[in-house]
This record gives sequence, C-alpha cells and structure tokens, in this order.
Amino acid sequence: METKILKKVDLIFQESNVNEVIDIVTKTVTRSSDDIILDIIDSGLKGRGGAGFPTGLKWKFTKNEDSAVKYVICNADEGEPGTFKDREILDTVAPKVFGGMTICGYSIGAKEGYIYLRGEYNFLLPKLNKQLEEYNKLLKDNKIDFTIAIKSGSGAYICGEESALFESMEGKRGEPRNKPPYPTVAGYNSKPTVINNVETLVQITMICKMGPDKFKELGTKDSRGSKVFSVSGDTPQAGIHELELGMPLADFVEDFGDGDTKAVQVGGASGHCVPRKQFKDTIIGFEGIPTGGSMMIFNSSRSMYNVLHDYLEFFTEESCGQCTPCRVGCQQLLKGIESVKKGERKPAYLDELKKLANTMKISAKCGLGQSVANPFNSIVDNFKEEIIY
Amino acid sequence: MSEYLVNLKINNIPVSVKEGTSILDAAKKLNFNIPTLCNHPDLSVAGNCRVCVVEVKGARLLSASCATPVSEGMEVFTNSEKVRTSRKHVIELLLSEHNADCTKCFKNGHCELQSLASEYRVGDHVFIDLVHAKDKIADISSPSISKDDSKCIRCQRCVRTCEELQAVSALAVIKKGDHQRISTFMSKPLNEVVCTNCGQCINRCPTGALTERSYIEQVWNAINDPSKHVVVQTAPAVRIGLGEDLGYDPGERVTYKMVAALRHIGFDSVLDTDFTADLTIMEEGTELLTRLKRALVDGEKVALPMMTSCSPGWIKFQEHIFPELLPNLSTCKSPQQMFGALAKTYYAKKKGIDPKNMVSVSIMPCTAKKFECNRPEMRDSGYQDVDYVLTTRELAMMVKQAGIDFMKLEDEHYDSIMGEGTGAAVIFGATGGVMEAALRTAYEIVTGREVPFTNLNIMPVRGMEGVKEAKVMIKDVLPAWSFLEGAELSVAIAHGLANAKKVMTAVRDGKANYHFIEIMGCPGGCLGGGGQPIPTSPEIRGKRAEAIYSEDEHLALRKSHQNPEVAQIYKDFLGEPLGHKSHDLLHTHYKARIRY
Ligand SMILES: Cc1cc2nc3c(=O)[nH]c(=O)nc-3n(C[C@H](O)[C@H](O)[C@H](O)COP(=O)(O)O)c2cc1C
Ligand code: SF4
Ligand code: SF4
Ligand code: SF4
Ligand code: SF4
Ligand code: FES
Repeated sequence: METKILKKVDLIFQESNVNEVIDIVTKTVTRSSDDIILDIIDSGLKGRGGAGFPTGLKWKFTKNEDSAVKYVICNADEGEPGTFKDREILDTVAPKVFGGMTICGYSIGAKEGYIYLRGEYNFLLPKLNKQLEEYNKLLKDNKIDFTIAIKSGSGAYICGEESALFESMEGKRGEPRNKPPYPTVAGYNSKPTVINNVETLVQITMICKMGPDKFKELGTKDSRGSKVFSVSGDTPQAGIHELELGMPLADFVEDFGDGDTKAVQVGGASGHCVPRKQFKDTIIGFEGIPTGGSMMIFNSSRSMYNVLHDYLEFFTEESCGQCTPCRVGCQQLLKGIESVKKGERKPAYLDELKKLANTMKISAKCGLGQSVANPFNSIVDNFKEEIIY
Repeated sequence: MSEYLVNLKINNIPVSVKEGTSILDAAKKLNFNIPTLCNHPDLSVAGNCRVCVVEVKGARLLSASCATPVSEGMEVFTNSEKVRTSRKHVIELLLSEHNADCTKCFKNGHCELQSLASEYRVGDHVFIDLVHAKDKIADISSPSISKDDSKCIRCQRCVRTCEELQAVSALAVIKKGDHQRISTFMSKPLNEVVCTNCGQCINRCPTGALTERSYIEQVWNAINDPSKHVVVQTAPAVRIGLGEDLGYDPGERVTYKMVAALRHIGFDSVLDTDFTADLTIMEEGTELLTRLKRALVDGEKVALPMMTSCSPGWIKFQEHIFPELLPNLSTCKSPQQMFGALAKTYYAKKKGIDPKNMVSVSIMPCTAKKFECNRPEMRDSGYQDVDYVLTTRELAMMVKQAGIDFMKLEDEHYDSIMGEGTGAAVIFGATGGVMEAALRTAYEIVTGREVPFTNLNIMPVRGMEGVKEAKVMIKDVLPAWSFLEGAELSVAIAHGLANAKKVMTAVRDGKANYHFIEIMGCPGGCLGGGGQPIPTSPEIRGKRAEAIYSEDEHLALRKSHQNPEVAQIYKDFLGEPLGHKSHDLLHTHYKARIRY
C-alpha cells in the first residue's frame, strides 16, 4: 500500500465561471478526440456515480460506435439517501459540469447533451437555465457544435439508474432495461450515449485544465483523484467534504467521528456497513469499498436493527417492482427481520434470508436489487445480536 | 438478424447459432429446456420474472436467458447450483405474493406458475405470505373478463399484449415497489375503461389473474331444466381450435366430433354460426354494393370505405378510438347476433318452440362476444337474443365434465335448419376470410362469373401479414351493375387492433383509398381469438389457419350464396337482403365511447 498521507483537498468547488470554462473547452477541442480520450484513460478517472466504471473507456466505446446521433447525459438524479453532493456542485460550480459534457460531446461525436435533474432540485432551475443560456451562446460563438438542455426527473430513486433514466427521458415508465445492450451502444433514444455523474464531469474539466499527471498525484493507484463525500449521522461535521480517494476508514473516522463510532455505512443504503473492528483494514475507494459519496456514521446509541429496517423499507418502496427477486425479495427481507425480532421466526431464519439476499445479488435485473445484499449481509453478519434481540 | 454464426457451449455441448439469438433459443436448439414466465413468442422481451436465469462462465451476475444474446466463446450452464437456487427462490418469491388456492382456480391444471411450482416441488416454501386481502376481490365488472390481482405475478405480458398487439393500453403498470400493480386508468373497473374485451391478454396471462368470465354453470342449469329448449351455435374457428384442449395437436379439424359432443352434453338443437356467416355475406355484400351505387351513380355522400363488423372487440375499439368513423362500419350484426335474433324468431316459429322457453347459447373463440350479447341493442327478437356465450376453452371443460371420451366420438352432423354452412363461412375464422367470402359472392353477383382465382382460393387476402391489400378489376359486368364496369375494387385487411389502428389512422387522415376493409380484432382473426385454447403463438395460429382452409376445400359448397338454407330463409322469412325484416333483425347501430 502506498504510504502517503491522504487528506482533505479543495479542487472541485474551486470557483469557476462560464468564461473560464469556455476557455478550457476551446483549448481542449483543438486536440484530437483520440488524444483527449487517451488522457482521460491515463488519468485513471472512474465514475463517481457509484459503479466506478473507468470513464475514458466508456467514452472510447461510445466514440467507436458508428452513429450519426449520439448523446451525452449528465446524471443529476442523486437519490441515494444521505447524498447531496451533486446538488452542491450544481449550485456552486455548474459551469464545470457543462464543460465536462461539452468535452465529452466533442470526444465521442455527440451534439446534444442533457442534464437529468432530480425533481426535488427544481429550485436550481432558474439559475441553471440562466447559466446555460449564456454558456450555449458562448459555445455557438466559438463554433462548437454542442448544446445542453435540462430535463426534470420524475422523482423516483430508480430513475437514477442509467437505463431507467433513459426510459424516463423518453416519456415512459422508469423501469431499468435489459443489459446488454449497454448505453454506449444503445442508450437514450436507443442511440450510443455516454452517461456520467455530475461529479465525474467536473473532474473531466479539471483533468483537461491541469493534465492527467496532476490529477494522478491525488488518491491511490486504484482510486485516482479526489472525491466529494456527503457525511451524515453521528458526526460533529455533517456536510460536504472533499477528500482524496483511497483513505483508510480508520483515518476518516478519526477526523469525522464523534469518538464513539461503532459503524460506518459506506456508500449509502446500497453500500456496506463497516463495524469498528474493520475500520483499520477498510479502504474508501475502488480497491476497498467504492462509494457514490455517502458516509453515514453511527455511534453506539444507534440500533442497527433500526438502521437496516430503514434501508429495507426504502428499497421495498423504491424498487421499480418489475423483477421478482427485487420486488418480492425486498419485502421478504423486511418482513423477515421483523418476524425474527418479534420472535415469530427462529434466528436461523436469518440464514435463509442471507441466501435470498445472495440470490437477489446475482439475479435481480438492475443495480438496485443487486445491491440490497450489501447492507443486509454486512449488518446481519456484524450486528446479529441487535437484529435478534 | 444477421447471418453471422456465433459459437458457444451450453452445458459443455458446442452449438452454433445466428448472431442475435437469445441464450434461451440457443438452449432450445440443444433441447435444454429453460423455464420462462414473462417471455412470450408474440411479445417484446421483458426480462423481468428472472426465472430463466442461467450462469455464464466468468460473469458476476446470472443472465436472463430470454433477454441475453449469445456471444462468441460463451460458456453457459442452465442447471448449475447457483441457477437452481435462484430459480427456486424466484418461484418461492412469486408464490409468497400469490393467492395460491389452485383447487378453486379457473386455471387449475393450465397454469404456468402451477406447473413450475409442481416441477420444483416447492411444497415447503419458507417465505412469509404477502398476499393483500383487498387484492383477493376480483374485478368482475366486465361480462367478458375477470381480473384477479391476487393471482398476478407482474410478468406484464398482458400490458405488452394490450399495447403492442392491440394498441389499446387499457392495462398499465402503476406504482412501484411493493405497491406495483397491473391496473387501468385511475384504477377504474374494466367495464369503465377503453378495454375492448378482446381477451388477448387472457390468452397470454400465465396464471389465473386474467380469465374469461365463465358461464358454464348457467348453461348446465339451462340444459338440466326440462322446460327449456337450449339451442347452441358454434363459430367457424371453434372447430379447428377445440381439439387442442382435448388432446390433439394444433391444426386438427374436429367439427363433427364437436357436434356429437354437444348432443351428448344435452343441447336440444345443435346449430352452426356458419349459417349466419353466409347470411352476413349476403347482407354485407349487398350493403357494400348499395353504398358503391349511391356514391357512384347517385352522387351521394356515402361513408366509404365500408368496414366489416363481425368482430365485437374491433367494434368496441372503433367506438372508443375512432368514433368519427362509425358511419363507415357495416350495420350488419356479427354472425353470432344475427343467429341469436333468428333463433328466437325464425327457428322458434319453424320448430314450434315458444321463444320464452328458449335458451340461446353460443360457443365462440371470443371473449368480446360475451360483452356483445349483453349489449342493449341485441334484443331484437323481443328477448335477449343470445343468452350465454362460452369460449372454446369452456366448451372443452364441459366436454370433460360430461365424461366424454372426445377422441373416440363418432362424427355427427348439425341439425337443420340453421345448421348448414359453406366453405366461405368457415374461412370467416381466419384473417382475410370475410373478404375472400365476400369477394367470391359479390364478384359473381356483379359479373355472373366465379372470381378469377384458381380453385376459388383468393391467395392475396390470405396469410398472417398485419395489413394486406388487394385490388380486383371488375370487367364485363351484368347489365344491372353497369356502373361498376371497369372499376377497380380496392380492399384492405387487418387483424389485431394495432394493425387496425394503422389502417384506421390512414383512413381518418384521408391517406387511404379503399372501398372495403376487413378488420378482425384478434391476431390471425378469430382462430387467434381471446377464447381459443392457450397457449398461442404464430406457429400455432399458422396451423389453425391451415386447418380452416382445408375445411373449406373439403366442403362441396364454397360460396355463401349457394347455401340452400340461406336461400330458404330469404324465401320464407326475410324477403330480400337489406329488406325490412333484415333491417329489424340483422342490422344494428353503434355509439361513441370514452377514450380511457
Ligand atoms: C438504483 C440506482 C440508482 C442510481 N442513481 C444514480 C444517481 O442518482 N446518480 C448517478 O450519477 N448515478 C446513479 N446510479 C448509477 C448510474 O446507473 C450510472 O452508473 C452512472 O450515472 C454512471 O456515471 P459515472 O460512470 O460517472 O459514475 C444509480 C444506479 C442505480 C442502480
Ligand atoms: S432490481 Fe429492482 S429496481 Fe431493478 S429492475 Fe428489478 S425491481 Fe426494478
Ligand atoms: S393462478 Fe395458477 S398457481 Fe395461482 S391459484 Fe391459479 S392455478 Fe394455482
Ligand atoms: S381484453 Fe383486450 S383490450 Fe381489454 S385489456 Fe385485455 S388485451 Fe386489452
Ligand atoms: S395479469 Fe397475468 S399477464 Fe398480466 S402481469 Fe399479471 S400474471 Fe402477468
Ligand atoms: S422469462 Fe426470462 S426473465 Fe422472464
């Protein structure tokens, strides 16, 4: 493991106005799209929306598709409980997001970009629209053939899943699609599409500004760069913090805990629950536990049964309901822990439920159902007594 | 699909299939059976039930075999431990949200979920019962369809059917998570929404969630009531479908065994809807020629093209979706309703039966006819013209209940009168059949010659293409029809309401120049009707169509105007086509309905 000290940084929220971003964009598009994509691949940037797919590769695949129409979509649906970083980014440094989208459009050969904005964030619209108007005009003045528009989300968590997001944008019910085909081949309107998280796109603008080498100075070999975390729960420092990736969880707890931390839920409801005894061996990053940014800290006053119960209620409600393992599985996990708690079923029933969670992990249709096993198994394994008694 | 071949291994056995083939179909090629629920050969791929998952070597996730195309070098396992565990979990989960009272269920013995449960022996399934009490109350507002949400597995086959095949979208997915349901506009009862009662969703529902409203008990009661004379009519497509529910392969003609079975069951008069199908040709053909004459000779503004009106699902669709085109519909009742009106008048009189004591039953390939017989317009005999409509499937049940060994029955023939039908009537059961029958008769009336097609087989109007078009040149006409000399009659045929919608949109927008259009509400026509044996697929419907055309070729009389009983009824009772009596008994009117 690298031994350098990982720390708080302040890059993503560094102020930046439309003109500055246009400057970066116009400079970048003087280079060939292949060169740009190589830089992004070289930077090691991985998606900040949760799944952590290498961004440069995603762009390369999409560029290689032969299609007159392609799209760039910024995923600003941010529905993971305890996450509010994308809102903050769009509120304070939106032009950097526009820049990332434009550079992507140029690189893959797309002329249209859309920001899919979470319904609850509509209050940002007046400001964003104004900025966009100015930005789109500057693009035109600079003869860059790309425009960005905003689409308002439908308010369901599942619409953050990329293929459900496309369905929703096409005016249909937000249900995830079968994969393959992947968005790089058939995304929005069945055309090749790059979909990136808000923060990923900001990182693009920054990489293009400072070069991949500078970017690589931050983070670790497997987790390059910095990342915005939404810290919540039992912490004196609730809020948004930008940190280098690859930090041991023990260091994080030292900085953000209240001295009595018993567990951290890394990656929101769909992430993993790490108990105190594993803090030292857990890395926050792609080599350890990847996260879309949510870090929930629990101290010893918390009931982990209640925590798990809340998560399962959330999934039971937010599952789109189309596939069996997820729609029914979530309900069974929820009712299952309730019945064990009430003593209606024996503690051994938890083992049956874990098997079920593992089935959901491999046979549910999309990431939502597939990830319920993360909180379920990690909480049940580490806090079994709290679930039973 | 490309011609490029992909090589893969399934359960260690190599196979080559065309690029784009699903793992499911590739496995079929090797005779590996993978269970499915949401998949259906008539519908787009959903991939939502997850019962068909398989393991692909090297993949973190299992793949839904129905929704995953093969790729080069892929190694698939259809029965690994992971697969078995997942599949069993999926079945157990479905059962945990299912009101599994199989012994009382209409689909008992014909249910895909039940067979899977039985195959995987999930008798001791562990999960908690999630069935909501309120879902156990079925929606029986429609006289055709029963919808029981407690039996629904959310496979969405019905939703895709109603949208993709029928372009009606009466059913949709609502809400999410544990509240997700298949519902209607504002969750209204089925009889208050745009549903056409076509029953296509029933044909594709794997469980007992969507079934026909059954009237078997009422019919048994009538049969067992000595004061009642029970007449039964059988539609053209029943005779080539019924066998499938009684042990035959698709495509078997069982007409005369069916007649024997109906007598065994105890019907007093066993008659044939084919008789009124022939009569329809006389009435509707005359109506078309009259409309053409008024347009061409008298210069009147007449609603053309004229559209057929034999299919009550199609009629209700038109009433909801294209009310502005209602004047274009032929005013002829469907053959079932013509039959009903004549049974309680003409037949009753001839046979000396008091119509008050007559119970009129029809066996139909159709669920929409259950609705149709309850329309207030359908009481022209002074009574409800048709009392009960049973589907082909319900008749098969009655045959079994009566303890009849169907395959061993000796052939028997229909009673007379109203028991005679020509080949032209039989082909009413296939898409294009009404058109072909009409052309066989109309062309001959106008020219005095047979239609110029080998062996009377008008091939351009046959086949399973969604929309068919044909043109018939009319030359050397008889003097009475001189206004048609040199005219080219332009016709179109559509089956399945999505295809009907395409044609109607073109007509409404003035982009179509047809004179006459045949529309059947169901894919393939009545042979694919919502009351026909389940399962259905393009292949099965193809076999049924072959059987229909072969039935036609085996009959001595193949033109409606040759039907001696039809000639007799005009002589003894009706007078002439479109005459006063016909108008009273055989024709009807339509009404506009809401669009949700
Ligand atoms: C249930 C579910 C919800 C998701 N919600 C979001 C979201 O709100 N924002 C987001 O960027 N990605 C979300 N994702 C991930 C997206 O599907 C997609 O991977 C991501 O937008 C890709 O961008 P990235 O490569 O820049 O991370 C979600 C995934 C799932 C399964
Ligand atoms: S896993 Fe859940 S959210 Fe995803 S498709 Fe299935 S039911 Fe919908
Ligand atoms: S739908 Fe099938 S499984 Fe359900 S009760 Fe009816 S027969 Fe049984
Ligand atoms: S009966 Fe026909 S129209 Fe009605 S819901 Fe079913 S498929 Fe749709
Ligand atoms: S009603 Fe039948 S076809 Fe429709 S979703 Fe339910 S089980 Fe499937
Ligand atoms: S049959 Fe493949 S997912 Fe349902």
